[in-house]
Amino acid sequence: MSAIPLSPHRRRKRLMRYTKRDRTALTLMAGVPLLLSIAFVWLPALATVALSFFNWTGIGGFSDMKAAGFENYRIIFTIYPQFPPAIEHNLLWLGVFFFIPAPFGLFLAVQLNKQIRASRIYQSILFLPVVLSLALVGFMTELVFSPTQGLVNNLTGHAGQNNLIDWLGNPRLNIWAVLIMACWRQTGYVMILFLAGLKSVDPSLQEAASLDGANEWQAFRHVVWPALRPINIVVVVVTVIESLRAFDIVYIINQGTNGLQLLSTLITANIIGETSRIGFGSALATILLVISLAFVLPYVYTTFRKDNRS
Amino acid sequence: MTSQNPASFAAHALGRRSLLKGALAAAGVAALPTLAGCSTSKSGGSAPSNAVSFGCNAAVPEPKGAYQTLFTAAKKSTGLTVDVNWVDHNTFQNNITTYLQGNPQDVYTWFAGERMQYFAGQGLASNVNDVWKVIGSSYSDAMKAQSKGADGNYYFVPFDYYPWAVFYSKSLWASKGYTAPTTWDQFITLAKKMKTDGLIPLAFTDKDGWPAMGTFDYLNMRINGYEFHINLMRTGQGWNTPKVAAVFDQWKQLIPYYSPGFLGLTWQEGANQILNKQAGMMVLGLDQIGTIFTGSNANDLGFFAFPEIDSANGQDSVEAPIDGFMVSKSPKNSSGANKLLEYLGTAAAQQVWLGSNPADIATASGVDTSKYTKPQASAISLISSAKHLSQFMDRDTLPSFADPVMLPAIQQFLSSPNNVSSLLSNLDAQAKTIWATNG
Repeated sequence: MSAIPLSPHRRRKRLMRYTKRDRTALTLMAGVPLLLSIAFVWLPALATVALSFFNWTGIGGFSDMKAAGFENYRIIFTIYPQFPPAIEHNLLWLGVFFFIPAPFGLFLAVQLNKQIRASRIYQSILFLPVVLSLALVGFMTELVFSPTQGLVNNLTGHAGQNNLIDWLGNPRLNIWAVLIMACWRQTGYVMILFLAGLKSVDPSLQEAASLDGANEWQAFRHVVWPALRPINIVVVVVTVIESLRAFDIVYIINQGTNGLQLLSTLITANIIGETSRIGFGSALATILLVISLAFVLPYVYTTFRKDNRS
Repeated sequence: MTSQNPASFAAHALGRRSLLKGALAAAGVAALPTLAGCSTSKSGGSAPSNAVSFGCNAAVPEPKGAYQTLFTAAKKSTGLTVDVNWVDHNTFQNNITTYLQGNPQDVYTWFAGERMQYFAGQGLASNVNDVWKVIGSSYSDAMKAQSKGADGNYYFVPFDYYPWAVFYSKSLWASKGYTAPTTWDQFITLAKKMKTDGLIPLAFTDKDGWPAMGTFDYLNMRINGYEFHINLMRTGQGWNTPKVAAVFDQWKQLIPYYSPGFLGLTWQEGANQILNKQAGMMVLGLDQIGTIFTGSNANDLGFFAFPEIDSANGQDSVEAPIDGFMVSKSPKNSSGANKLLEYLGTAAAQQVWLGSNPADIATASGVDTSKYTKPQASAISLISSAKHLSQFMDRDTLPSFADPVMLPAIQQFLSSPNNVSSLLSNLDAQAKTIWATNG
């Protein structure tokens, strides 16, 4: 990310200095991942886009695919009742991840960076959920929020027949139960990223600021925050990726129906199964791809532009 | 999806990563053609008439052990060695399309009815008419109908099945003095009485989405009759009609008696409400609740047929999903496969497999019923009195309609029961597009 700034002219000169062997090594190092990425990421992605314009049950070869034009997309946008809630939940996920775990992770990182006693222990405790797979977090969500046997309802006395709170079954509540657990995991992730960033901020800058009479907030606002810029970008990217690829945690609970719809679970529901709607599922996947690109392209664009300028 | 699998959770727990892992593993296998070639030539070459390969969806210990005992018995009786490929139930079901087009085993486990007809219609199964010449006499007409493809040929050999009914705890009912209702009015009266007695009248759980399908099937068959139900399932036509609206209207009457928080509970939690005598009744399959009422509790499990709603239909249909076997499109050992199926179609073989399993019953007649538990024995009389057998929604209709469309639609109805008309017009629109592209 923070490549040494070189003018294009000098860069070319430097490349010329490489021996033949170096160049072969470089070509292999860049070429092999590129080929793998084309073969396993871009070709399937393009094939998915192409498949979205066909109807195919997965039985037979190309001759059994029927051209469908934009029919699959028309169905998704007009009569597929699971689609609007799925988009809504993906965006809600993104919003919540931006406004809760991201700032809270930063807050925790700043606190832990203050050389407080037993800082390592707190770090470990807060980072622990990141090690757990989201599938396991989904299972824990069931243990914590199950209406009759779950921890929350039993502690608060809402597990009875008359005053039961249906955390997992009420389509207006269950997304929040899941988001609480997802945030619990995400906060640790963001915290560790910011903590790494804070360690690289020169403490003498902060000292200088406080000597100049800046209070803690001012020092953070004007000294630490600007220095964290590269980490902020990473956090933004991680937040977007984690929100769009959310899947395991809801799939464990109810396969992503009844209030827990996400684009990823709809794709699975329509493609994985006995008689699959490959074209329809691919159209959903293409929509997810477009949404991902809408976030990724501006990021790539700004990063490269910055590189070129410097 | 895997309605009939109690261990479905385990498979769902795998999620996307293990799917990817599976795909990688599959790619790895494909990359070793020499090795694969080796093993097939060995089993196919040296003893072609004595070995039959078998794709089995029962990788979990309970049915796996029963199958192993069965295959040992099969070897003794027919001299055939059964070469089994054990696959997890859900994985098997989700990959069936790929599996049958790839290099499937000679014989594989599958389901009767529409599920069988679909793959038979796609040319992915061989007919087993020869087997039926031998085993035909031990099966009822309803069972024969469920084993035939749309072209009139047999493609399926039934093995075990179980009924859906309204289950209860006999000891609880005896202590409260309840008697089994036969009509809808009696059913509702009983539910009211249970409510005043402080019970949950109807244990009902639908977090997983599929258990509610059984209630829909029964309501539809009782109100509109078997023919209407099965046509609705197979053709997808007629969803937006007053007849289907009547089903949902009837269903609304039951919702106040359901377990609180039912959309957040699994069927195991519901069945435990019956076992623990917290709840009075539950519409479920014997295959599921039979695994909760085991050992000394087995004979405490009672049930009655889903009550009559329209006297024109009475209680003439029973939902009884049938599991059995099919032969792949080009088996390596065709005569061996038929010979094995002739054996598996006998009461003796089915009894070996059942062992002490209290949750299923044998499909062939002539089973020694003295070894059955009371619920198993009454299941036989329930099913043999039925004029029609249905297979359960996700086996009677297209899977691409059952799980992705009906399952969330029923959940939506259950959480907001007053939007039936918009729900039905949407179901109708979705059914039309799915049948147009799948038919």
